[in-house]
Amino acid sequence: MENTPAIEKFTSKDLVTDQDVRWCPGCGDYSILKQAQTVIPELGIPRENIVFISGIGCSSRFPYYMETYGMHSIHGRATAIASGLKASRPELSIWIVTGDGDGLSIGGNHTIHILRRNFDVNILLFNNEIYGLTKGQYSPTSEEGKVTKSTPMGSVDHPFNPVALCMGADATFVARSMDRDPKHLQSVLRRAHGHRGASFVEIYQNCNVFNDGTFEAFTEKSSKKNEALFMEQGKPLVFGENMDKGILLDGFKPVVVQTGNGISLNDLWIHDEHDRVKANILSRFFDNPGMEHHLPRPFGVFYTEDRYCYEDRLEEQIATMIQKKGEGDLDALLKGRETWTIN
Amino acid sequence: MERQNEVLDNVIIKFAGDSGDGMQLTGTQFTNTAALFGNDLSTFPDYPAEIRAPQGTLAGVSGYQLHFGSVEIFTPGDYCDVLVAMNVAALKANIKNLRKGGIIIANTDGFDTKNLRLAGTEEGKNPLDDGSLENYRVIRMDVTKMTRASLEGSGLGVKEIDRAKNMFVLGFLYWMYNRSMDHTEKFLEEKFGNKPDILKANLSVLKAGYNFGETSEEFTTRYSINPAKIAPGEYRSVMGNQAVALGLIAASCKSGLPLFYGTYPITPASDILHEVSKHKNFGVKTFQAEDEIAAVCSAIGASFGGALGVTASSGPGIAPKGEAIGLAIMLELPLVIVNVQRGGPSTGLPTKTEQSDLMQAVFGRNGEAPMPVLSASTPSECFSMTYEACRIALAHMTPVMLLTDGYIANGAEPWLFPSSADLPEIKVTFAREKNAGDKFYPYKRDEKLSRPWAIPGTKDLEHRIGGIEKQHETGNISYDPANHEFMVRLRDSKIEKISDYIPELKTEVGPEKGKLLVLGWGSTYGAIKSAVIRSRNKGYDVSHAHLRYIRPFPKNLGELLYNFEQVLIPEMNTGQLIRILRDKYLIPAVGLNKIQGLPFKAEEIQNKIEELMK
Ligand SMILES: Cc1ncc(C[n+]2csc(CCOP(=O)(O)OP(=O)(O)O)c2C)c(N)n1
Ligand code: SF4
Ligand SMILES: [Mg+2]
Repeated sequence: MENTPAIEKFTSKDLVTDQDVRWCPGCGDYSILKQAQTVIPELGIPRENIVFISGIGCSSRFPYYMETYGMHSIHGRATAIASGLKASRPELSIWIVTGDGDGLSIGGNHTIHILRRNFDVNILLFNNEIYGLTKGQYSPTSEEGKVTKSTPMGSVDHPFNPVALCMGADATFVARSMDRDPKHLQSVLRRAHGHRGASFVEIYQNCNVFNDGTFEAFTEKSSKKNEALFMEQGKPLVFGENMDKGILLDGFKPVVVQTGNGISLNDLWIHDEHDRVKANILSRFFDNPGMEHHLPRPFGVFYTEDRYCYEDRLEEQIATMIQKKGEGDLDALLKGRETWTIN
Repeated sequence: MERQNEVLDNVIIKFAGDSGDGMQLTGTQFTNTAALFGNDLSTFPDYPAEIRAPQGTLAGVSGYQLHFGSVEIFTPGDYCDVLVAMNVAALKANIKNLRKGGIIIANTDGFDTKNLRLAGTEEGKNPLDDGSLENYRVIRMDVTKMTRASLEGSGLGVKEIDRAKNMFVLGFLYWMYNRSMDHTEKFLEEKFGNKPDILKANLSVLKAGYNFGETSEEFTTRYSINPAKIAPGEYRSVMGNQAVALGLIAASCKSGLPLFYGTYPITPASDILHEVSKHKNFGVKTFQAEDEIAAVCSAIGASFGGALGVTASSGPGIAPKGEAIGLAIMLELPLVIVNVQRGGPSTGLPTKTEQSDLMQAVFGRNGEAPMPVLSASTPSECFSMTYEACRIALAHMTPVMLLTDGYIANGAEPWLFPSSADLPEIKVTFAREKNAGDKFYPYKRDEKLSRPWAIPGTKDLEHRIGGIEKQHETGNISYDPANHEFMVRLRDSKIEKISDYIPELKTEVGPEKGKLLVLGWGSTYGAIKSAVIRSRNKGYDVSHAHLRYIRPFPKNLGELLYNFEQVLIPEMNTGQLIRILRDKYLIPAVGLNKIQGLPFKAEEIQNKIEELMK
């Protein structure tokens, strides 16, 4: 509706609101906010065209801290609200902030449906494997046997693998990052924005109050190199203290190999984010780091695909109908096809 | 052959048959023909909940009642004059609603042993022969046989031939009521334009039915019903759900806001979606969401973006929308929610009508969540009240609930449709400028207590809204106790203030002061009006008033109620409006309640009126 001729530049400072940030000190959400505030000014979007929509949870407080348009909605429904907003205002840059409970439990249905419809939005799912705001119950991403306030004997639930779930929902952009790696998170946010379609980004986020250290194997210096696999398009899948370990695909079975001794980088699995089959395999790199012979956890873009966006087709249908029938004429519509006159 | 022509002022025909017999189509065709001829009319389609209910059984009976006349018609009628029964089950299910002396047109083929058994008739008994119908005039015709005979050599299979049976009946009725077949012929040409053999078959069966009347010596009388003396002007026929769709599109055009319609299919509301989605050249966007929660949320998102956000459902789908409606109340965004009520609770009676969601509409949300509630009384009023719901939502920045029900949603009536120029203006002004020095306060109020609508894309008005309690004016999160009470009362006053912007309540029939007021809301309109007119004609001092605004009530409602010695409130529920009225006006109103999934008969209301006034 509104068209701004020249985009007014703004900085990350301009994205800070006058509201006090109310997350616990040390919470991973701070870093994610900071990275978003760093990246967004570079994207060339007029600030007034940016909208952050969230559900309910600690993570969902996010919009209050972003000096853009925003809505802090109800539990699980940010994706559904964003769908309606994007359908009616395709030119807006819409960012959804949700949690593992918000987006995968109460709002799980809307998450899979927005992905298959492929609205051009960015979905940031802050996964802390816990319900933070309600003070520490297990979530649909908590590991089996998780002992929390609501599961003193350990949770019975088998957890979701969010990336695999989104692959299953035919998402057109699936990525994973973490709060503790600002550079990586920034690059993934840029990629998510650059993708036309629904971009799903799972962000490992530490809840230092109710689930401290869940991701530490991937985020802490001491173990990160061995446990986190950073995928880069067109590059071999390598990791390890000296980047000397790699992934090799034996049929459909991924195996960890030591490079050198006859195995060169060229023999390794070369990451291709357009390959759905391989992305599905990568999404299943979901072993517990404590396990013997486990695979490392991938970070970066798993998969991306070009597919029409829902809102585009919606506009096309309107254009087609106008071409066929002409712009709607209200009087003709009210009159209908058959009338009669009473004198 | 010499034939008598009898002039009648109104006739009620019930078309009844198996769900596969095409009775809805037959009824609609006769209706449109009567409408084009200039009769006033009212219809009541009544069909089974199952798509393919077992053939020949009572559960599978589909009916369509049409009341048309040269006089004003308010209801589909209490008892029919003519019952078309395509089989035993159709007769059994409807005979109690045929007036004594009425005509039964029986398709004898539907009264064979198999059909008798399926309808659960006593072994060896056939109602056509056992004398049980002696109070009626029975016209027997073997429709199946005659349809097949007229299509001999057409090359069509038996199945296809039998599907044209309903055209025979329709043709015969056109003959009996002196109607032209033009409209139906045109309709068939459009429908089967690309299937020439089917078209030809239907046209010849229609004619065969007509000719059967013409040539058979059995029929000595034909009937005429002159055009009605109703308000002059140009009319069309409209059904309630269709009228809702048109109301939404009209409000979109007049307000200049694109319509966004987010919904999830449910009986009996789906036809609104079907209708709206036909008119994309008006720039309307329809969104069939994954569930009702997503449907209402998508509409809220669209409203946030500056569209006219609308969602519709029936009771079971309105329930899950509750939390999001509460959000819209907190966000103070325009939103229209249409509830096409059906029998409840739970899945209840999907294809039957009821008025049992009034409490849900007025109170059915967590917290103090006030919202305007409007209701439509007739199929054509679904247009004006939908338009009004949009007007109020946009002018007062609030969600609005509109209640209709299955009865008027599927019922049709002639509509003196407005021209777009006659429709009230709907002026929407988006906020463009800061309103508090160098700041923008999203919850600053105007004289209506409504807040500014600043949509994304507007420079310098970036702001956040949400469901958490907010500080007066700034809209910032606030947990302050006094502020909360202030805001709760403010949101309530804002809705109550709408009564300054809606019409006062006037009586439909009878004086504004007297012995008995019959007060109704929604689809009981026609039955109440007919009943009150009949009682007044017998000398009773009784008036009829009908509520279209239930929250807030029209300002003069209390005064009007106190002007009468007694108040009678007929409702298709256990007494929901009456509770709200007692609460507010402390009047000892009397209820008349029918909870059978069926509309009131005028007679039932008339009896109650006369019993109260004895
Ligand atoms: C309808 C509804 N049910 C339950 C709640 C309570 N609730 C608020 S946040 C939340 C879970 C949040 O977990 P998550 O989405 O993981 O967010 P986090 O706080 O961990 O960031 C729950 C159960 C609510 N606000 N609304
Ligand atoms: S409870 Fe956990 S997730 Fe919530 S703010 Fe505190 S640290 Fe962050
Ligand atoms: Mg969480």
